[in-house]
Amino acid sequence: MVKSLGRGMFHMEQSIYIASCAAIAGKKEGEGPMGQCFDRVEMDSHFGQETWEKAESRMQQETIYTALQKASLTADDVDIILAGDLINQCTSSTYSLRPFGVPFLGLFGACSTMAEGLITASLILSSGAGKRCVAATSSHFSTAERQFRFPLSYGGQRPPTAQWTCTASGAVVLDTETEGSPAISGVCIGKITDLGVTDANNMGAAMAPAAADTLTRWFKGTCRTPNDYDAIVTGDLGMIGGKLFMELMMKQGYEINPCYHDCGAMMFDSLTQDTHAGGSGCGCGGSILCGHFLPLVKSGSIKRMLFMATGALMSPMLVQQGESIPSIAHLVEIVSGKEND
Amino acid sequence: MKITPELYKDMTEQYAPKSKSYVNISFAFLIGGGICLLGEGLLNLFEYFGLDTQEAGSWTSIILVFLSALFTGLGWYEKIARHAGAGTLVPITGFANGVTSPAIEARTEGWILGVGSKIFTIAGPVILYGTAASVVYGLCLQIVRCIMGDQ
Repeated sequence: MVKSLGRGMFHMEQSIYIASCAAIAGKKEGEGPMGQCFDRVEMDSHFGQETWEKAESRMQQETIYTALQKASLTADDVDIILAGDLINQCTSSTYSLRPFGVPFLGLFGACSTMAEGLITASLILSSGAGKRCVAATSSHFSTAERQFRFPLSYGGQRPPTAQWTCTASGAVVLDTETEGSPAISGVCIGKITDLGVTDANNMGAAMAPAAADTLTRWFKGTCRTPNDYDAIVTGDLGMIGGKLFMELMMKQGYEINPCYHDCGAMMFDSLTQDTHAGGSGCGCGGSILCGHFLPLVKSGSIKRMLFMATGALMSPMLVQQGESIPSIAHLVEIVSGKEND
Repeated sequence: MKITPELYKDMTEQYAPKSKSYVNISFAFLIGGGICLLGEGLLNLFEYFGLDTQEAGSWTSIILVFLSALFTGLGWYEKIARHAGAGTLVPITGFANGVTSPAIEARTEGWILGVGSKIFTIAGPVILYGTAASVVYGLCLQIVRCIMGDQ
Protein backbone atom coordinates (compact mmCIF):
# COMPACT_ATOMS: atom_id res chain seq x y z
CA MET A 1 0.00 0.00 0.00
CA VAL A 2 2.15 2.77 -1.33
CA LYS A 3 1.29 5.78 -3.45
CA SER A 4 3.71 6.56 -6.26
CA LEU A 5 4.93 10.15 -6.29
CA GLY A 6 7.07 9.67 -9.39
CA ARG A 7 9.72 7.28 -10.59
CA GLY A 8 11.13 5.44 -7.56
CA MET A 9 9.37 7.78 -5.13
CA PHE A 10 6.65 6.59 -2.79
CA HIS A 11 4.40 7.80 -0.02
CA MET A 12 3.60 5.14 2.58
CA GLU A 13 -0.17 5.01 2.97
CA GLN A 14 0.23 2.64 5.89
CA SER A 15 2.77 3.88 8.43
CA ILE A 16 5.95 1.89 8.74
CA TYR A 17 7.05 2.26 12.35
CA ILE A 18 10.55 2.26 13.74
CA ALA A 19 10.01 0.00 16.73
CA SER A 20 13.58 0.34 17.97
CA CYS A 21 17.08 1.13 16.84
CA ALA A 22 20.63 0.73 18.10
CA ALA A 23 24.08 2.08 17.36
CA ILE A 24 27.50 0.78 18.37
CA ALA A 25 30.70 2.66 17.59
CA GLY A 26 34.44 2.29 17.98
CA LYS A 27 36.86 4.11 20.28
CA LYS A 28 37.72 7.05 18.00
CA GLU A 29 34.03 7.67 17.22
CA GLY A 30 33.26 7.42 20.94
CA GLU A 31 35.86 10.10 21.65
CA GLY A 32 34.25 12.44 19.11
CA PRO A 33 31.49 15.00 19.68
CA MET A 34 28.76 12.34 19.16
CA GLY A 35 30.33 9.86 21.58
CA GLN A 36 27.46 10.06 24.08
CA CYS A 37 24.71 9.11 21.61
CA PHE A 38 25.72 5.52 20.94
CA ASP A 39 24.27 2.55 22.80
CA ARG A 40 27.79 1.30 23.27
CA VAL A 41 31.30 2.46 22.50
CA GLU A 42 33.72 -0.44 22.15
CA MET A 43 37.24 0.41 23.19
CA ASP A 44 38.71 -2.75 21.59
CA SER A 45 38.72 -2.12 17.85
CA HIS A 46 39.06 -5.88 17.32
CA PHE A 47 35.76 -6.45 19.18
CA GLY A 48 37.39 -9.47 20.81
CA GLN A 49 38.02 -11.13 17.43
CA GLU A 50 41.19 -12.26 15.65
CA THR A 51 40.74 -10.40 12.37
CA TRP A 52 39.36 -7.02 11.33
CA GLU A 53 36.69 -8.62 9.15
CA LYS A 54 35.43 -10.74 12.04
CA ALA A 55 35.52 -7.63 14.22
CA GLU A 56 33.16 -5.76 11.89
CA SER A 57 30.81 -8.75 11.68
CA ARG A 58 30.76 -8.97 15.45
CA MET A 59 30.01 -5.25 15.78
CA GLN A 60 27.09 -5.48 13.34
CA GLN A 61 25.76 -8.61 15.02
CA GLU A 62 25.82 -6.99 18.46
CA THR A 63 24.11 -3.89 17.08
CA ILE A 64 21.26 -5.99 15.69
CA TYR A 65 20.96 -7.90 18.97
CA THR A 66 20.86 -4.62 20.88
CA ALA A 67 18.11 -3.22 18.62
CA LEU A 68 16.07 -6.42 19.04
CA GLN A 69 16.57 -6.40 22.81
CA LYS A 70 15.39 -2.80 23.05
CA ALA A 71 12.12 -3.90 21.43
CA SER A 72 11.97 -7.05 23.62
CA LEU A 73 12.28 -9.23 20.53
CA THR A 74 14.42 -12.13 19.40
CA ALA A 75 15.66 -13.02 15.92
CA ASP A 76 12.75 -15.47 15.58
CA ASP A 77 10.34 -12.51 15.61
CA VAL A 78 11.89 -11.02 12.46
CA ASP A 79 10.59 -11.93 9.00
CA ILE A 80 13.40 -10.50 6.90
CA ILE A 81 16.76 -8.87 7.64
CA LEU A 82 18.25 -6.44 5.13
CA ALA A 83 21.89 -5.64 5.66
CA GLY A 84 24.95 -4.52 3.81
CA ASP A 85 28.42 -3.10 4.26
CA LEU A 86 31.46 -1.96 2.28
CA ILE A 87 33.37 -5.20 2.16
CA ASN A 88 33.49 -7.40 -0.96
CA GLN A 89 30.58 -9.86 -1.13
CA CYS A 90 28.98 -8.05 1.84
CA THR A 91 30.86 -10.44 4.09
CA SER A 92 30.53 -8.37 7.24
CA SER A 93 26.76 -8.78 6.97
CA THR A 94 26.67 -12.41 5.89
CA TYR A 95 29.00 -13.54 8.66
CA SER A 96 27.21 -11.32 11.16
CA LEU A 97 23.86 -12.88 10.28
CA ARG A 98 25.06 -16.46 9.87
CA PRO A 99 23.81 -17.60 13.29
CA PHE A 100 20.46 -15.75 13.12
CA GLY A 101 18.53 -18.14 10.86
CA VAL A 102 16.44 -15.25 9.51
CA PRO A 103 15.58 -14.74 5.80
CA PHE A 104 18.24 -12.31 4.55
CA LEU A 105 18.63 -9.93 1.66
CA GLY A 106 22.17 -8.59 1.24
CA LEU A 107 22.41 -5.02 0.05
CA PHE A 108 25.21 -3.07 -1.54
CA GLY A 109 24.90 0.67 -1.87
CA ALA A 110 28.29 1.65 -0.43
CA CYS A 111 27.66 4.24 2.28
CA SER A 112 24.01 4.62 1.23
CA THR A 113 23.16 1.19 2.64
CA MET A 114 21.29 2.38 5.74
CA ALA A 115 18.75 4.27 3.63
CA GLU A 116 18.65 1.49 1.05
CA GLY A 117 17.79 -0.96 3.82
CA LEU A 118 15.11 1.31 5.28
CA ILE A 119 13.55 1.81 1.83
CA THR A 120 13.56 -1.91 0.99
CA ALA A 121 12.17 -2.82 4.40
CA SER A 122 9.45 -0.16 4.12
CA LEU A 123 8.36 -1.42 0.69
CA ILE A 124 8.36 -5.02 1.87
CA LEU A 125 6.27 -4.17 4.93
CA SER A 126 3.91 -1.99 2.87
CA SER A 127 3.30 -4.84 0.46
CA GLY A 128 2.32 -7.12 3.33
CA ALA A 129 5.17 -9.51 2.53
CA GLY A 130 6.29 -9.34 6.15
CA LYS A 131 5.27 -7.94 9.52
CA ARG A 132 8.67 -7.07 10.92
CA CYS A 133 12.02 -6.34 9.25
CA VAL A 134 15.45 -5.30 10.42
CA ALA A 135 17.64 -2.96 8.38
CA ALA A 136 21.28 -2.89 9.43
CA THR A 137 24.66 -1.73 8.23
CA SER A 138 28.22 -1.35 9.40
CA SER A 139 31.65 -0.11 8.44
CA HIS A 140 35.03 -0.54 10.08
CA PHE A 141 38.02 1.72 9.50
CA SER A 142 40.45 -1.17 9.32
CA THR A 143 38.49 -3.42 6.93
CA ALA A 144 37.80 -0.48 4.60
CA GLU A 145 41.42 0.72 4.63
CA ARG A 146 42.62 -2.77 3.83
CA GLN A 147 40.24 -3.22 0.95
CA PHE A 148 40.21 0.23 -0.61
CA ARG A 149 43.49 1.87 0.33
CA PHE A 150 46.72 0.88 2.02
CA PRO A 151 47.78 -1.40 4.89
CA LEU A 152 47.06 0.22 8.25
CA SER A 153 50.69 0.61 9.26
CA TYR A 154 51.78 2.02 5.88
CA GLY A 155 53.25 5.48 6.29
CA GLY A 156 51.22 7.60 3.92
CA GLN A 157 49.94 11.15 4.07
CA ARG A 158 46.22 11.81 3.58
CA PRO A 159 45.12 14.88 1.62
CA PRO A 160 42.84 17.46 3.31
CA THR A 161 39.86 16.24 1.25
CA ALA A 162 40.12 12.64 2.53
CA GLN A 163 37.52 11.29 4.93
CA TRP A 164 37.90 8.82 7.76
CA THR A 165 35.90 5.58 7.52
CA CYS A 166 33.95 5.23 10.75
CA THR A 167 34.00 2.10 12.86
CA ALA A 168 30.30 2.05 13.60
CA SER A 169 27.09 0.18 13.02
CA GLY A 170 23.40 0.98 13.06
CA ALA A 171 20.35 -1.29 13.12
CA VAL A 172 16.65 -0.45 12.91
CA VAL A 173 13.67 -2.69 13.68
CA LEU A 174 10.67 -1.80 11.52
CA ASP A 175 7.09 -3.03 11.75
CA THR A 176 3.51 -2.02 11.03
CA GLU A 177 2.25 -2.26 14.62
CA THR A 178 4.08 -0.08 17.14
CA GLU A 179 1.90 2.99 16.79
CA GLY A 180 3.26 6.19 18.29
CA SER A 181 6.84 5.34 17.30
CA PRO A 182 8.71 7.33 14.66
CA ALA A 183 7.43 6.32 11.25
CA ILE A 184 8.72 6.23 7.70
CA SER A 185 6.20 8.17 5.66
CA GLY A 186 7.94 8.35 2.30
CA VAL A 187 10.97 7.12 0.41
CA CYS A 188 12.90 8.07 -2.70
CA ILE A 189 15.21 5.66 -4.48
CA GLY A 190 18.31 7.46 -5.73
CA LYS A 191 19.64 7.52 -9.27
CA ILE A 192 23.27 6.87 -10.14
CA THR A 193 24.82 10.28 -10.59
CA ASP A 194 28.28 11.09 -11.88
CA LEU A 195 29.69 14.54 -12.49
CA GLY A 196 33.13 13.24 -13.38
CA VAL A 197 34.95 13.28 -10.03
CA THR A 198 37.90 10.86 -10.30
CA ASP A 199 39.64 11.65 -7.01
CA ALA A 200 39.11 8.71 -4.65
CA ASN A 201 40.35 10.98 -1.86
CA ASN A 202 37.43 13.36 -2.32
CA MET A 203 34.37 11.16 -1.92
CA GLY A 204 32.24 13.97 -0.54
CA ALA A 205 32.59 15.86 -3.82
CA ALA A 206 31.73 12.70 -5.78
CA MET A 207 28.56 12.10 -3.73
CA ALA A 208 27.18 15.64 -3.35
CA PRO A 209 25.53 15.72 -6.82
CA ALA A 210 23.71 12.45 -6.06
CA ALA A 211 22.31 13.93 -2.83
CA ALA A 212 21.26 17.11 -4.63
CA ASP A 213 19.56 15.12 -7.40
CA THR A 214 17.58 12.95 -4.97
CA LEU A 215 16.54 15.85 -2.74
CA THR A 216 15.48 17.99 -5.70
CA ARG A 217 13.41 15.10 -7.07
CA TRP A 218 11.80 14.69 -3.66
CA PHE A 219 10.90 18.36 -3.28
CA LYS A 220 9.47 18.46 -6.81
CA GLY A 221 7.58 15.16 -6.39
CA THR A 222 6.07 16.07 -3.02
CA CYS A 223 5.72 19.84 -3.50
CA ARG A 224 7.48 20.24 -0.15
CA THR A 225 10.22 22.74 0.68
CA PRO A 226 13.10 22.72 3.18
CA ASN A 227 10.85 24.73 5.55
CA ASP A 228 8.67 21.64 6.01
CA TYR A 229 11.50 19.84 7.78
CA ASP A 230 13.15 20.18 11.17
CA ALA A 231 16.20 18.36 9.87
CA ILE A 232 17.63 17.36 6.51
CA VAL A 233 20.43 14.90 7.16
CA THR A 234 22.99 13.39 4.81
CA GLY A 235 25.05 10.32 5.62
CA ASP A 236 28.67 11.10 4.95
CA LEU A 237 29.25 14.00 2.59
CA GLY A 238 31.69 15.41 5.12
CA MET A 239 32.72 19.03 5.33
CA ILE A 240 33.59 19.54 1.65
CA GLY A 241 30.78 17.45 0.17
CA GLY A 242 28.31 19.11 2.55
CA LYS A 243 29.25 22.61 1.32
CA LEU A 244 29.04 21.48 -2.29
CA PHE A 245 25.64 19.90 -1.61
CA MET A 246 24.29 23.12 -0.07
CA GLU A 247 25.52 25.11 -3.04
CA LEU A 248 24.07 22.63 -5.54
CA MET A 249 20.70 22.87 -3.75
CA MET A 250 20.96 26.65 -3.78
CA LYS A 251 21.46 26.53 -7.55
CA GLN A 252 18.23 24.50 -7.75
CA GLY A 253 16.46 27.21 -5.73
CA TYR A 254 16.34 25.50 -2.33
CA GLU A 255 18.05 26.93 0.73
CA ILE A 256 18.60 24.03 3.10
CA ASN A 257 21.31 25.56 5.31
CA PRO A 258 19.20 26.25 8.45
CA CYS A 259 18.15 22.62 8.95
CA TYR A 260 20.99 20.80 7.23
CA HIS A 261 23.24 18.32 9.07
CA ASP A 262 25.78 15.82 7.83
CA CYS A 263 26.61 12.78 9.95
CA GLY A 264 30.18 12.69 8.55
CA ALA A 265 30.78 16.28 9.61
CA MET A 266 29.20 15.62 13.04
CA MET A 267 31.08 12.42 13.86
CA PHE A 268 34.57 13.76 14.57
CA ASP A 269 36.31 16.89 15.73
CA SER A 270 38.54 17.30 12.69
CA LEU A 271 40.91 19.68 14.46
CA THR A 272 41.82 17.33 17.30
CA GLN A 273 41.07 13.93 15.74
CA ASP A 274 43.03 14.33 12.48
CA THR A 275 40.07 13.17 10.38
CA HIS A 276 40.41 15.85 7.69
CA ALA A 277 37.10 16.27 5.80
CA GLY A 278 35.03 14.21 8.29
CA GLY A 279 33.71 10.70 8.77
CA SER A 280 32.47 8.31 6.11
CA GLY A 281 31.28 4.74 5.72
CA CYS A 282 27.94 2.95 5.97
CA GLY A 283 28.19 2.99 9.74
CA CYS A 284 28.66 6.77 9.87
CA GLY A 285 25.15 7.69 8.73
CA GLY A 286 23.68 4.49 10.17
CA SER A 287 24.98 4.98 13.69
CA ILE A 288 24.21 8.71 13.95
CA LEU A 289 20.72 8.16 12.57
CA CYS A 290 20.09 5.42 15.15
CA GLY A 291 22.00 7.01 18.02
CA HIS A 292 21.14 10.68 17.60
CA PHE A 293 18.38 11.55 15.15
CA LEU A 294 15.85 8.73 15.71
CA PRO A 295 15.79 9.33 19.50
CA LEU A 296 15.14 13.04 18.75
CA VAL A 297 12.26 12.06 16.45
CA LYS A 298 10.97 9.70 19.12
CA SER A 299 11.02 12.44 21.75
CA GLY A 300 9.23 14.82 19.40
CA SER A 301 12.13 17.31 19.23
CA ILE A 302 12.25 16.60 15.52
CA LYS A 303 8.79 16.27 14.01
CA ARG A 304 9.69 15.65 10.40
CA MET A 305 13.09 14.87 8.92
CA LEU A 306 14.76 13.60 5.79
CA PHE A 307 17.58 11.11 6.01
CA MET A 308 19.67 10.71 2.89
CA ALA A 309 22.48 8.21 3.01
CA THR A 310 24.98 8.89 0.27
CA GLY A 311 27.17 6.26 -1.34
CA ALA A 312 30.22 6.51 -3.60
CA LEU A 313 29.90 3.37 -5.70
CA MET A 314 33.64 3.20 -6.10
CA SER A 315 35.79 0.33 -7.23
CA PRO A 316 39.55 0.89 -6.83
CA MET A 317 40.04 -1.15 -10.01
CA LEU A 318 37.78 1.07 -12.14
CA VAL A 319 39.34 4.22 -10.68
CA GLN A 320 42.77 2.86 -11.69
CA GLN A 321 41.34 2.34 -15.18
CA GLY A 322 40.60 6.06 -15.29
CA GLU A 323 36.85 5.91 -14.63
CA SER A 324 35.09 8.53 -12.57
CA ILE A 325 33.18 7.68 -9.37
CA PRO A 326 29.43 7.07 -9.72
CA SER A 327 27.40 7.93 -6.64
CA ILE A 328 23.94 7.45 -5.25
CA ALA A 329 21.77 8.89 -2.50
CA HIS A 330 18.61 7.28 -1.16
CA LEU A 331 16.11 9.30 0.82
CA VAL A 332 13.80 8.37 3.68
CA GLU A 333 11.24 10.72 5.23
CA ILE A 334 10.79 10.09 8.94
CA VAL A 335 8.05 11.66 11.06
CA SER A 336 7.50 11.57 14.80
CA GLY A 337 4.66 9.45 16.15
CA LYS A 338 2.74 12.53 17.22
CA GLU A 339 3.11 14.18 13.80
CA ASN A 340 2.00 10.98 12.13
CA ASP A 341 -1.14 10.58 14.22
CA MET B 1 19.96 24.97 -13.27
CA LYS B 2 21.89 22.29 -15.13
CA ILE B 3 25.25 21.50 -13.55
CA THR B 4 27.82 20.33 -16.09
CA PRO B 5 30.93 18.33 -15.14
CA GLU B 6 33.06 21.37 -16.10
CA LEU B 7 31.11 23.70 -13.82
CA TYR B 8 31.18 21.13 -11.03
CA LYS B 9 34.95 20.72 -11.39
CA ASP B 10 35.32 24.47 -10.78
CA MET B 11 33.01 24.27 -7.75
CA THR B 12 34.95 21.30 -6.34
CA GLU B 13 38.27 23.09 -6.72
CA GLN B 14 36.82 26.13 -4.99
CA TYR B 15 35.74 24.14 -1.92
CA ALA B 16 38.54 21.57 -1.69
CA PRO B 17 41.28 22.87 0.63
CA LYS B 18 44.77 22.57 -0.77
CA SER B 19 47.53 20.71 1.04
CA LYS B 20 49.63 23.11 3.08
CA SER B 21 52.80 22.71 1.04
CA TYR B 22 54.95 24.96 3.24
CA VAL B 23 54.09 22.86 6.32
CA ASN B 24 54.44 19.52 4.49
CA ILE B 25 57.74 20.44 2.85
CA SER B 26 59.16 21.76 6.14
CA PHE B 27 58.23 18.58 8.02
CA ALA B 28 59.52 16.40 5.15
CA PHE B 29 62.82 18.29 5.21
CA LEU B 30 63.22 18.12 8.98
CA ILE B 31 62.16 14.50 9.56
CA GLY B 32 63.60 13.14 6.31
CA GLY B 33 66.78 15.09 7.00
CA GLY B 34 66.78 13.69 10.54
CA ILE B 35 66.67 10.13 9.21
CA CYS B 36 69.55 10.90 6.82
CA LEU B 37 71.49 12.52 9.66
CA LEU B 38 71.02 9.36 11.72
CA GLY B 39 72.29 7.33 8.75
CA GLU B 40 75.30 9.61 8.34
CA GLY B 41 76.03 9.35 12.06
CA LEU B 42 75.88 5.56 11.94
CA LEU B 43 78.13 5.50 8.87
CA ASN B 44 80.74 7.65 10.58
CA LEU B 45 80.50 5.54 13.74
CA PHE B 46 81.12 2.29 11.84
CA GLU B 47 84.02 3.87 9.97
CA TYR B 48 85.43 5.10 13.29
CA PHE B 49 85.39 1.49 14.50
CA GLY B 50 87.43 0.45 11.49
CA LEU B 51 84.95 -0.73 8.85
CA ASP B 52 85.60 0.34 5.27
CA THR B 53 83.09 2.67 3.60
CA GLN B 54 81.21 -0.11 1.79
CA GLU B 55 80.83 -2.29 4.89
CA ALA B 56 79.85 0.70 6.99
CA GLY B 57 77.23 1.64 4.38
CA SER B 58 75.76 -1.86 4.42
CA TRP B 59 75.51 -1.89 8.22
CA THR B 60 73.92 1.57 8.18
CA SER B 61 71.26 0.37 5.71
CA ILE B 62 70.62 -2.77 7.76
CA ILE B 63 70.10 -0.76 10.92
CA LEU B 64 67.83 1.83 9.27
CA VAL B 65 65.72 -0.92 7.67
CA PHE B 66 65.51 -2.74 10.99
CA LEU B 67 64.46 0.41 12.84
CA SER B 68 61.84 1.18 10.19
CA ALA B 69 60.40 -2.35 10.39
CA LEU B 70 60.38 -2.15 14.19
CA PHE B 71 58.66 1.24 14.19
CA THR B 72 56.13 -0.06 11.64
CA GLY B 73 55.38 -3.08 13.84
CA LEU B 74 54.92 -0.86 16.88
CA GLY B 75 52.56 1.39 14.90
CA TRP B 76 54.85 4.43 15.24
CA TYR B 77 56.00 4.78 11.65
CA GLU B 78 52.61 5.72 10.22
CA LYS B 79 52.16 8.29 12.99
CA ILE B 80 55.47 9.95 12.09
CA ALA B 81 54.76 9.60 8.35
CA ARG B 82 51.42 11.35 8.73
CA HIS B 83 53.41 14.56 9.33
CA ALA B 84 56.63 13.74 7.52
CA GLY B 85 55.15 12.67 4.16
CA ALA B 86 57.96 12.37 1.64
CA GLY B 87 60.44 12.73 4.51
CA THR B 88 59.69 9.18 5.63
CA LEU B 89 58.80 7.85 2.17
CA VAL B 90 61.97 8.67 0.24
CA PRO B 91 64.77 7.30 2.50
CA ILE B 92 65.37 3.54 2.66
CA THR B 93 63.13 3.48 5.75
CA GLY B 94 60.11 4.20 3.51
CA PHE B 95 60.89 1.15 1.41
CA ALA B 96 61.18 -0.98 4.55
CA ASN B 97 57.82 0.34 5.76
CA GLY B 98 56.31 -0.44 2.34
CA VAL B 99 57.39 -4.07 2.69
CA THR B 100 56.69 -4.55 6.39
CA SER B 101 53.22 -3.01 6.54
CA PRO B 102 51.50 -5.30 3.98
CA ALA B 103 53.27 -8.28 5.55
CA ILE B 104 51.89 -7.41 9.01
CA GLU B 105 48.45 -6.78 7.53
CA ALA B 106 48.31 -10.04 5.56
CA ARG B 107 49.30 -12.36 8.37
CA THR B 108 45.63 -13.13 9.09
CA GLU B 109 45.42 -14.74 5.62
CA GLY B 110 48.32 -17.14 6.34
CA TRP B 111 52.04 -17.28 5.58
CA ILE B 112 51.84 -18.31 1.90
CA LEU B 113 48.73 -16.70 0.36
CA GLY B 114 48.72 -13.87 2.87
CA VAL B 115 52.21 -12.65 3.79
CA GLY B 116 53.94 -14.45 0.89
CA SER B 117 51.77 -13.08 -1.88
CA LYS B 118 51.06 -9.63 -0.50
CA ILE B 119 54.41 -8.59 0.98
CA PHE B 120 55.48 -6.77 -2.21
CA THR B 121 52.14 -5.18 -3.15
CA ILE B 122 53.51 -1.71 -2.37
CA ALA B 123 57.23 -2.27 -2.93
CA GLY B 124 56.66 -4.37 -6.08
CA PRO B 125 56.66 -1.43 -8.52
CA VAL B 126 59.87 -0.07 -6.97
CA ILE B 127 61.56 -3.46 -7.29
CA LEU B 128 60.31 -4.04 -10.86
CA TYR B 129 61.12 -0.64 -12.29
CA GLY B 130 64.29 -0.28 -10.20
CA THR B 131 65.58 -3.57 -11.64
CA ALA B 132 64.41 -2.68 -15.15
CA ALA B 133 66.07 0.74 -14.93
CA SER B 134 69.36 -0.82 -13.80
CA VAL B 135 69.25 -3.26 -16.74
CA VAL B 136 68.72 -0.35 -19.16
CA TYR B 137 71.51 1.60 -17.47
CA GLY B 138 73.84 -1.41 -17.72
CA LEU B 139 73.09 -1.86 -21.42
CA CYS B 140 73.65 1.85 -22.14
CA LEU B 141 76.93 1.77 -20.23
CA GLN B 142 78.08 -1.27 -22.19
CA ILE B 143 77.18 0.35 -25.52
CA VAL B 144 79.00 3.56 -24.58
CA ARG B 145 82.08 1.57 -23.54
CA CYS B 146 82.06 -0.34 -26.85
CA ILE B 147 81.82 2.91 -28.82
CA MET B 148 84.49 4.60 -26.75
CA GLY B 149 86.68 1.53 -27.23
CA ASP B 150 87.34 0.80 -23.56
CA GLN B 151 87.00 -2.94 -24.19
